Amino acid sequence: MTAKAGARVVTITSGKGGVGKTTTTANLGIALARLGKKVVVMDADIGLRNLDIVMGLENRIVYDLVDVIEGRCQLRQAMIKHKQFPELYLIPAAQTRDKTAISPSDMVSITDKLRPEFDFIIIDCPAGIERGFRNAIAAADEVLIVTNPEVSAVRDADRIIGLLEANNKGPGKLILNRMKSDMVKKGEMLSPDDVTDILSIKLIGIVPEDENVIPASNSGVPVALNENSKAGIAFRNIARRLCGEEVPLMPVQDTSGGFLQRLSRLFGGN
Amino acid sequence: MTGFFERLFGTGGNKGSGAAARERLQFILVHDRINLPPEQLQAMKAEILAVISRYVSVNSEQVDIALQQRDRDSLLVAEIPFTKAIDTDEARQRMADPEKTDNNMDDA
Repeated sequence: MTAKAGARVVTITSGKGGVGKTTTTANLGIALARLGKKVVVMDADIGLRNLDIVMGLENRIVYDLVDVIEGRCQLRQAMIKHKQFPELYLIPAAQTRDKTAISPSDMVSITDKLRPEFDFIIIDCPAGIERGFRNAIAAADEVLIVTNPEVSAVRDADRIIGLLEANNKGPGKLILNRMKSDMVKKGEMLSPDDVTDILSIKLIGIVPEDENVIPASNSGVPVALNENSKAGIAFRNIARRLCGEEVPLMPVQDTSGGFLQRLSRLFGGN
Repeated sequence: MTGFFERLFGTGGNKGSGAAARERLQFILVHDRINLPPEQLQAMKAEILAVISRYVSVNSEQVDIALQQRDRDSLLVAEIPFTKAIDTDEARQRMADPEKTDNNMDDA
């Protein structure tokens, strides 16, 4: 791929649904904005709009991606400014249409218009390997594949990596989401090494299972804004790695707490 | 055969289900990646072996033809040992047709 000038277009995909694409997109958007980057997050899941609600911006939508493509508004009118970060914008998906309402070349022309003004364009890809996937990767300079340490998610990730390679977009980098280190220790979960060995691609981040994630979606305030959330830290680290910073991967920590917590539990505390 | 012992002794001592996940995925993905179901792979192996057996005598009990992964590439790796003893008929045939023998030697 020859790099175009301006923003880098990063597509978040997975194949399987429910592994955390939208959560990842929202959090990387926030985390990159925290680093002072100019960011657009774009929901390419036409008909199943969700990125807006995870980011807490659902009440501000007037126009969407399909309105832009069909000429009912200017691109700027469909860009919703984040409450906290004036240089973070969301372009929502249409809720009442389907994937055929946009084409891969539409995605290329929209991102090309945005590139000069931004540092990152993060695209939330729909589940599946059909039209919506092709739309979402068409403009991508790089692709991040989200998976869970679970057989069905890893198998689908492998299929996606194969399709990315076939489309000259591969192999991409892996985000291993919802890792439970205590289960890995017991041998009851695929380890990060297992998953990277099986898929033979580079890891850009491991996101631990974190009970803060669902409340964060409930309230529309992604965990990347929560200083104490382990998942939040993991997403912020991925953002730094995307910016070229060398951040060591967090060791698979015991989710049952740190040494002191374990010690205090040993002596009857919590 | 492995399947039998695995069923008999459980999946290898103290290995948890994580190890089973890894093994199952590795098997599934080999076939997913080349888009060839196990039965067809089996048929292909038999055909390859039949072709080779037409030219040389093969020790069919020690044949190992298997799919392997090298990074994200799939490859078919074959180990096909020839039988050692050359019986007199076969030796005579080779003497009569030295060109063919040479070719065979090169391929081997």
